[in-house]
Order: sequence, then C-alpha cells, then structure tokens
Amino acid sequence: MKPAPFDYVRPGSLAEACELLAADEDARVIAGGQTLVPMLAMRLARPARLIDVLRLPELSGIREDNGSVVIGATTRQAFALNNPLIQKSVPLLALALPWVGHPPTRNRGTVGGSIANADPSAEIPLVAVTLGAEIEAASPGGPMSTPADDFFIGPMLTTIGIGECVSAIRFPVWKHQRIGVGFHEISARRSDFAFVSAAAQIAIDEEGRCIDAALGIGGVGDRPFKLDVSSLIGTRLEAKSLADTIAVAAVDLDATDDLHASADYRRRVAVTLCTRALEDAHNRAIGQQSPGVAR
Amino acid sequence: MKIELSVNGARCASDVEPRMTLLDALRDDFLLTGTHAGCEHGVCGACTVLLDGEPVRSCLIFAVQADGYEITTIEGIATSPGELSVIQDAFCETHGMQCGYCTPGMILTAHSLLERTHDVNREDIVEAISGNICRCTGYGQIIEAVEFAADRLKKSNVLRGNKAAQTGSAAGHDAPEKGVLEAAADAPGKGPK
Repeated sequence: MKPAPFDYVRPGSLAEACELLAADEDARVIAGGQTLVPMLAMRLARPARLIDVLRLPELSGIREDNGSVVIGATTRQAFALNNPLIQKSVPLLALALPWVGHPPTRNRGTVGGSIANADPSAEIPLVAVTLGAEIEAASPGGPMSTPADDFFIGPMLTTIGIGECVSAIRFPVWKHQRIGVGFHEISARRSDFAFVSAAAQIAIDEEGRCIDAALGIGGVGDRPFKLDVSSLIGTRLEAKSLADTIAVAAVDLDATDDLHASADYRRRVAVTLCTRALEDAHNRAIGQQSPGVAR
Repeated sequence: MKIELSVNGARCASDVEPRMTLLDALRDDFLLTGTHAGCEHGVCGACTVLLDGEPVRSCLIFAVQADGYEITTIEGIATSPGELSVIQDAFCETHGMQCGYCTPGMILTAHSLLERTHDVNREDIVEAISGNICRCTGYGQIIEAVEFAADRLKKSNVLRGNKAAQTGSAAGHDAPEKGVLEAAADAPGKGPK
C-alpha cells in the first residue's frame, strides 16, 4: 500500500498550475486527496507528477455572486457543511453534505475534488446536476464554464481536458419564498458509497401549488441524472401526481448491474427514494415560510 | 523534499520522498508509533491524527502536504508524561478497547469532538466515530467511554478554551461562542452590572 514514486509541485498561482498541467500529460491535480491517495496507494493511478492546488487562495472560499452561490474548488466539505450561506441559499447541498464520506474525510476532502472525481454515486455531483450548477474551470486559454449536466460524461469521467483545473462550482439560488428540499440514500454502511441516492428541491406558492421542482438521481447509472418533473408544476403535489410523474420520469432509467446491487433493484429503489425525497421537500416547503435548511 | 511541521507542539523537520505519507513520516522519521498503520488507504481510521485540531487520516496525506501544519498524535494529548487524558482514562475504565489497534484513532476523534462541546448525545458520538473501524468491541463500550469522558469533563472545573473558533470549520456545529468564563459573566444576575 505504498504509492509509486512521483514528483510533487506546489504552484504559487492557478495560472502556474494550469501551465504545469498543460506541460505534462502524466500530471494530476491533488487537493484534499481523499480519493486520489487511495488510488495511488493501490497503484490504480500512477501519475508522474502531482500538482498540489490546495493552498491556492483563489480556489477557496464561498461567496454570493449575481444570484448564485460560488463555492471555490478547494473549499473543504466540512467547511461548506457548516457555512451559513450554503445552509440558507443552497439548502439541498447542506442536506446532502453530511452523507459525503465521514467527518475525518470531510475535513480534508474538497467540494471541487468530489466534482472532478465524478464518482457516479457521489452526493455533490448529484446536487450539482439536480440544481443545474455550472462547473467553472481554469485553463491556459482562460476561464471556462460547463453546465453540470454536460460536465459528467461517465464513471470518473468529465469534460476536463489536459491543462484544465476545476476552479469553482456555481450553484443557482432559487428566489421563491417557500422552498423545501429532500435527500435520501441507500448504502451498505453508514456513509459508504450509495447504491441509489435521490435529491429533490421544490418551490410552492401561497396556495401550496408547486411553482418549480427539480429531482436528481445518483448511483443508479454511470453518472448522476436529472429527471424531468416539470409535470408537477401547477399541481398540489398530491401522492397521485408524485407517483405518476416519477413513473414517467424513471421509466427509461439506465441502471448499472454490479456486485452490490442489480439494475432491477436500483430501478425499484430509485422510484421509492425519489418519492421520499419529493415528499420531504414538499413537507419542508409547507412547514416553513422562507428558504432554509431543516434537518 | 524538506518539510517542517509542528508535532505535539515541537518543531519537527525531515527530508522526505514526496510519496511518503504523513503516517509513515510520523512513525519512521519522528518515531511516534502510537499512530497505527491499518488499511493504508483511508478506510479504517486507525491512523487518525489531528491536523490543526481536526481529525484526519494520516495515510491520506503526504508528509509534503502537511508541511507547516500543526499535528497532534496520541502521544500529545496527555497532560504530562506518564499521565492519561480524561478521555484515555475513560477508555480504560469502561474497557473501551480490546486489541487496542483502533484506540489511538478513536481517542483522537473523541478528543476533537469533546474539544468543541461537552454536550454530546449518543448520535453525535456515533457520527464522530463513524469513520473509525473497530473489529473487537462492537463499539458499545467505546461509545460508553466517550459519554463517560464527556460527563466527567462537563462536571470538572477545568477552564476550556474555544477550539471551534480557532479551527473555523467547527463553527456553527454546536460550539459555544465563548469560553466558560465569558459565558458565566454574561449569565443573568451574574457578573459586573
């Protein structure tokens, strides 16, 4: 369990990091290292050079910008979990973060690292896809931005190319007064990889009619999916409209068959968890007048 | 590569290969073998140390990445040589261990939890130690040990600083805003009028 030898570089700026990455196709970015280091230890990855971006000041921090919340790529998951701005403005992320790893891995693991790693069962990519976040990246040609739905292209595969580095994740903030969120996950052990996870966010008007809805599913296929729940808009989110919408949305779910769970099991659990996540989101939206996280 | 870090309050310097983990540097270079090497790929939690007061897995950090940080290992939490911390004592009294392999990691994780607050319930403790595997005890007595230690610390007269404010990440967890003395001074009917 010892990694193969590699070079270690700690660049002084993001531009320098991109230059180093562009110059060497065997170079990899390391930040928190909570997924890369195990892969190095098991020698599943053998990069020639590691570019440590964790201490770059331009990559960390959480700020509000033009109707969205921008989370720097190297912001630690534990820090994001306890951040008041995220709890208030991106409550779905706040609800999902306790499911990410364990407290000691959240202390080192970064939000951008989870995005760049693109594990199909990871929670942060699921929330990014569900809410339609934008993944911002630095490259030698200048900053780029990709919708989360396009960014993830397969298991551990993203559109990030050589010389590029995820710099921030831009989460849209819903302006509605009454918002509710729901998150459910099934795994073998506490905080282990999800077989299936579901994330939902709902906005309702004064009369309790749904005015906006988002639903995403993770762990089922080779990447997180956003499901079409636009038919919920205008309904009062009765059990029947939820069941009908989910049945239609989840009909062609591309599910993975593996050692842990069959594709059929994943599809069945997906329907159940989607229902629970939407119900939770609805109940929270009814229970509160202003956006905020209720755990 | 040359690194310099603070381990249990002492400045430690070494010249390490980039691929050397903090775990191996602590054990082989600094001879602090209380930090145990378990799975060496981030699953078991036996190698847990505190990095700037927060529990992290030392097998998932390269020594070069820890350059400049403050590390606390199991050797660094007793009040003086030959003594045990309240938490270590509680683990002995409630028999919170059998083979002892996971114990340093468990104690450091509990240490960090109880630095933030003494008001912990069973759920907080379970969440805190959820990343540490014990193959002997079934966890019952470990949880009991942390509850016991929390209770003792709560009832003790020791002045406690506010670690949460210093480390930042624990802010908003449920940590008190102030130290014990300031809180007492602010309590109604007490302190200067």
